[in-house]
Amino acid sequence: MNPVRKQRLIVVLAILAGLAVAVGLAVYALRQNINLFYTPQQVVSGEAPIDTKMRVGGLVVDGSVRRDPDTLDVTFAVTDGKGTFDIHYQGILPDLFREGQGIVANGTLVSRDRFEAEEVLAKHDETYMPPEVQDALEKAGHPGNAGKKAESGSGGAYSGSYSGE
Amino acid sequence: MWKTIKRWYHQLGSPVYFYRFSSAVLPWLLPISVVLLGVGLAWGLAWAPVERYQGDSYRIIYIHVPASSGALMGYIAMGVAGLVALVWRMKMAEVMLKALAPFGAVLAAVSLVTGALWGKPTWGTYWQWDARMTSMLILLFLYLGIIALQSAIRDPRQAARAASLLAMVGVINVVIVKYSVEWLQTLHQGSTLKVVGESSIDAAMKWPLLISMLGLWLLYAANVLMRARTEVLNRERRAGWVRKLVSRPRGI
Repeated sequence: MNPVRKQRLIVVLAILAGLAVAVGLAVYALRQNINLFYTPQQVVSGEAPIDTKMRVGGLVVDGSVRRDPDTLDVTFAVTDGKGTFDIHYQGILPDLFREGQGIVANGTLVSRDRFEAEEVLAKHDETYMPPEVQDALEKAGHPGNAGKKAESGSGGAYSGSYSGE
Repeated sequence: MWKTIKRWYHQLGSPVYFYRFSSAVLPWLLPISVVLLGVGLAWGLAWAPVERYQGDSYRIIYIHVPASSGALMGYIAMGVAGLVALVWRMKMAEVMLKALAPFGAVLAAVSLVTGALWGKPTWGTYWQWDARMTSMLILLFLYLGIIALQSAIRDPRQAARAASLLAMVGVINVVIVKYSVEWLQTLHQGSTLKVVGESSIDAAMKWPLLISMLGLWLLYAANVLMRARTEVLNRERRAGWVRKLVSRPRGI
């Protein structure tokens, strides 16, 4: 390679490397703000502030969903395997809301174990399969969705390896 | 192997050779890409099985994923073209950089719109400022920035130099788009298709997805070749071979 080009290549790569490091550090420093939600572990450990508007996320604990028969009130627990707390919501839940499913809730943390949600969003995982395949898997003795999700770690979104009770 | 690559690089770096090469490739590339895309989309949208939880609404994956991956790959290609244009001052790399931008910008926009339409029935929201969506929006702005930069500077070589730098720096954002779902807490789920290891999508749903992805990528490539040909003719309009080409009734 001729020396002029070589020098240009070095300068360009140096600029790129410098910028990549700068962006990396900025993202690392700001990741608390870039992360969409607090995990149950952060809520339970006290990292998430009380009485502040924020988002929390986690997996809905199997068997924890309690609906009020007369109103739209619903309470359920979310977990990431390292912490669990209750979410209370009044309204219509998204279609994909299920036990064992990941959710993100927008609202206020009232206490360390209770979150008042104004909005509940369903996360869906990256597995796609037809209903017949799901049935066949269940018949063959494989756990349903919750077990599969826990094994794969759901793309690292939930650090805990929660498996349904 | 290395020698062949080097020869290709030098040959395709020559506008005349590129023009002839693309004349030979395009009549095949364009129809193949349209057929693949048509087959993949029809198969995915009409015949692929429904999803166990999402029902039919998951089918937008057959547009969303090809468009997103095309936008990301197009940007990486622009970054590489930018590096070659900056360091080796190769004119064809400048042409490629310009040719890659418009279709890529369209794909990024398609990805954002289909993502929003998919988000409403599944997540329950059109838009959240999560890292994946925000970085994808930035990717669209980078594409638009490169198009704007190139039309703002009159001298094509000066314009290409400015755009090359933006293209290369923007590649950092592609890395963020790709890994945002792994490094950060996002509403968007992780990647389904994996280069290494098993993809977490049923085979009956995966094949139409792969076919429409390939079809869209080839369509993008065909579009880039067509744009690059026009740009080459425009830049080389005073060169002998272009004069000869336009004076003859049939192509080169």
